[in-house]
Amino acid sequence: MRISAPRSTPRPALRRAPDGERGTGAVFVAPALAIEGLSVAYGATPAIEGVSASFASGAMSAIVGPNGAGKSTLLAAALGQVAPLAGRVRFFGTTLDRARRRVAYVPQRAGVDWDFPARVHDVVAMGLYAELGLFRRFGPAHRARIAEALERVGMAEFAGRQIGALSGGQQQRVFLARALVQGADLYLLDEPFAGVDAATEAAIVDVLRGLRNAGAAVVAVHHDLATVPEWFDAVLLLNRRVIAAGPVAETFTRANLSETYGGRLAIAPEALRAAGE
Amino acid sequence: MLIEALTLQLGYNATLVTLGAACLGAAAGMAGVFLVLRRRALVSDALAHATLPGLAAAFLAMSALGLSGRWLPGLMAGSALAALAALWAIQALAGRTRLPEDAAIGAVLSVFFGMGVVLMTVVQTIPGGQQAGLESFLLGATSGMLRAEALTIAAGALVVLGAVLALRRPMSAVAFDARHAAIAGLNPRAADAAITLLALAVTVTGLKIVGLVLIVALLIVPPATARLWTGRIDRLLLLAAAFGAAAGWIGAAASAAAADLPTGPLVVLSAAAMFALSLLVAPGRGVIARALARARLVRGLAAGGAR
Repeated sequence: MRISAPRSTPRPALRRAPDGERGTGAVFVAPALAIEGLSVAYGATPAIEGVSASFASGAMSAIVGPNGAGKSTLLAAALGQVAPLAGRVRFFGTTLDRARRRVAYVPQRAGVDWDFPARVHDVVAMGLYAELGLFRRFGPAHRARIAEALERVGMAEFAGRQIGALSGGQQQRVFLARALVQGADLYLLDEPFAGVDAATEAAIVDVLRGLRNAGAAVVAVHHDLATVPEWFDAVLLLNRRVIAAGPVAETFTRANLSETYGGRLAIAPEALRAAGE
Repeated sequence: MLIEALTLQLGYNATLVTLGAACLGAAAGMAGVFLVLRRRALVSDALAHATLPGLAAAFLAMSALGLSGRWLPGLMAGSALAALAALWAIQALAGRTRLPEDAAIGAVLSVFFGMGVVLMTVVQTIPGGQQAGLESFLLGATSGMLRAEALTIAAGALVVLGAVLALRRPMSAVAFDARHAAIAGLNPRAADAAITLLALAVTVTGLKIVGLVLIVALLIVPPATARLWTGRIDRLLLLAAAFGAAAGWIGAAASAAAADLPTGPLVVLSAAAMFALSLLVAPGRGVIARALARARLVRGLAAGGAR
């Protein structure tokens, strides 16, 4: 069984190769996430300026940039959690409110109190609260979806575990499972690989690839430059404004990275070679 | 005497009051769970203290209209309005100035309570004001409580219980991770408003029995006690309701047995006794259980080191 909600709109069988033709094959298809001229300021300090970007279905995209580049702000503003100064954001060609069921978000795990009285199963179940409303009961189908989401992130045997007793990597997997259970078409992840162990990293990449191969759009704020070419199809280089965006092979170049990081480039040359430079 | 009170053998009115106090305790325990999880306990204390000017103003207004100033629903409505005004003041201060929220809470709590004390002095000066017994709303009293008043309190408590059960999903999702809840389509502002308003409803309902100075303890202590016993939110709600109900029951019964004592402190001390006992003996989080677990760990290390 696949974890997915019945889709109200048919999804086109759009597949963009990692070096795909941006804009040609997708002319008639709204991208999963389209950001136009988004600007955000905290007080008088600009966080992002005039960011435009488009994230396709069937692709894994990374948002990369130095600390303070506005990566998390971009996600938060796109998702309506920070009021923008200007700009427009479309999800599947419509507003977030209309597309909400197709969008799942995986926050940074440091943002919550893990001493909260809940088991792993309870946290994943929270991914279904919006769908269930106040009174509909959890049925066998819902339990099966929760079990399968936990299975996919390799946490099935921890369903009854207190969340306070989890390791950082396990916490991250639980958050991913809470998103999976929604059966969305667009997954937005804020630093999903921050501070997790190697096994979790591999497990998360596997799950995200599975989503991508099933046609979903995956967008992750990412900080580890070395893994960008291996894991991602497309990359957005951000330093308050967009430095470059597009398929990794064309975009993830020494010149673009140097511009993004202001010359303080910390990446092994072999990673760039892997990207084709 | 206390035994008779605890086993509901002190007559119809005392029984009704004891049951009303138990309902109130259950509602406070359940509503308090979300208050504690969302870290809004201080706000609820400010709301409780801010009811005093509303209480006195409602008494003065009803007296001026030629009605009985002691009519409980009228006093509850006045208290609720004053508490809402305090809530608005806290949000305006914290949201539109650079004042941190705890400073805003402290300022609003003391200013509203100060206004209340002044208005209570005015109440003393009007005819009938000295016999109004409004002071009993500070620390709570059950002696001389009317049947209708006990029923009003029980009904209010049951409404709160029903609302907590209906809203428990969005309130717990928002308490755990408000941003994720918002993006998933739940409304964190509505959930937060519900958490605060339910605490307000408990406060206003409990004014007569527990009093506005100590009602916050009935919202906070039972959830804290329950947290020592369980890590699951569904059981936490049930246990907090049970501890709260027990505290209300014991406190009201003790107060019926010793009519000179205000009820609020007795209710709060009952709740505190349950907390202290739980802190000692609860499995997992209790002091004894943790000491034993630690001792086992040390023994294991010693055995391993001797190898």
